[in-house]
Amino acid sequence: MREIKIIFFIVSMWLLIIAGGGLLILFTSPISIEGFITVGSLRLYYASMVKAVIAIILVVIWIYVLSKIKNWMFQKQIRH
Amino acid sequence: MFDQIVPAIMVSIIAFFSVYITTPFLIRALEKRNLTVKDYNRVGGAMVPRPGGPTILIGILSSELTLYVFFPQVEILAILITTSLAFVIGIIDDKKVLGGWFKPVALVVAAIPIILLGAYDSELAFPLFGSVRIPALYLALIVIIIPITGNTINSIDVLNGVASGFMTIASFALTVSLFIIQNYEIAIASIPLGLVSLAFYKYHKFPSKIFPGDSGALTLGAMYGAIAIVGHVEIIAAVALLPAVINSFFFLSSVKRIVEHREIKSNPVTHTEDFKLMATTDKDAPVTLVRMILAVGPMTEKQVGFVIFRLALFSASLAVVTAILMGIKI
Repeated sequence: MREIKIIFFIVSMWLLIIAGGGLLILFTSPISIEGFITVGSLRLYYASMVKAVIAIILVVIWIYVLSKIKNWMFQKQIRH
Repeated sequence: MFDQIVPAIMVSIIAFFSVYITTPFLIRALEKRNLTVKDYNRVGGAMVPRPGGPTILIGILSSELTLYVFFPQVEILAILITTSLAFVIGIIDDKKVLGGWFKPVALVVAAIPIILLGAYDSELAFPLFGSVRIPALYLALIVIIIPITGNTINSIDVLNGVASGFMTIASFALTVSLFIIQNYEIAIASIPLGLVSLAFYKYHKFPSKIFPGDSGALTLGAMYGAIAIVGHVEIIAAVALLPAVINSFFFLSSVKRIVEHREIKSNPVTHTEDFKLMATTDKDAPVTLVRMILAVGPMTEKQVGFVIFRLALFSASLAVVTAILMGIKI
């Protein structure tokens, strides 16, 4: 099984997707904007923008972690 | 249930046999017009007809239009239009060699019908944790999913049979997952993708009688992305596609820019004396999935293809597990 390292990398990606989804829901689900914006649709829009920013930050962290795992797992092959 | 079984059987037959029957005619027509490319991995460098995209589109259009007669749903229409636009983009790229940015940017246009037809739900569902409503981000997600799936399948189309074989496995995993989450109409709409890929694989497998070209790969990839969006199975679809995503991830993190594969000067794979594939020692060559597989030692093209299929089967099982986990909340 020469693909065993790639399988481990696939499992890492899968676990990161599930964990990332959990974090996204944990951080963004409770977000709602109240108070200074009175129009309901605008409140929804701004809340959605905040959620989008958090999601993008999470994706950047996800890619960073993944590239660290990749370098650690495939160090030998990449330097080859 | 019976009113869904009959259309499912009909579209399955139409999808498979329309590609199975028309592809030999396309092969002859392409050979007649000298529309062939060199297969560099074959001893002697055989000339192989390209592109096979037209028969793939015929299979998808004929089966999905039949399905639309039974279920006149906006989601099926969105799949049809997005897939057809991706084919047009692919055929332009097959005819003219365009820059690396052309396909991703043009595929954004192919995603727009999904938004205009409103064939999406802005909730993103994750396994175990439930779903999150992200209206603003989801629109952005739609316009990037189609270019990503299209180009991901296109980038894995490097060896005989790999793109069509991989797509067969990934799309059947998506169909099974759609049935698990009880989205039956879209599950039936996804069946043609697997069967069209399977029928095309018959001619694309090693030694290839035809190459799908950009028109074929982008058509398959865009349809896969469109099904993921309209079926609300974005995460499951991403999991089934992981080996191809890894290929793009390795490539982009080594090249550090978006380029057309024809622009790459150093090939990640070379040949041994007995014409087996071997990972290059060139430090400037991009890192790809095939190069990683070959890092352990040389293999034949057919063997590398089977390693990729084993990885695809593993990801497909993870995708089905993910679909089961969608029903569990913690």
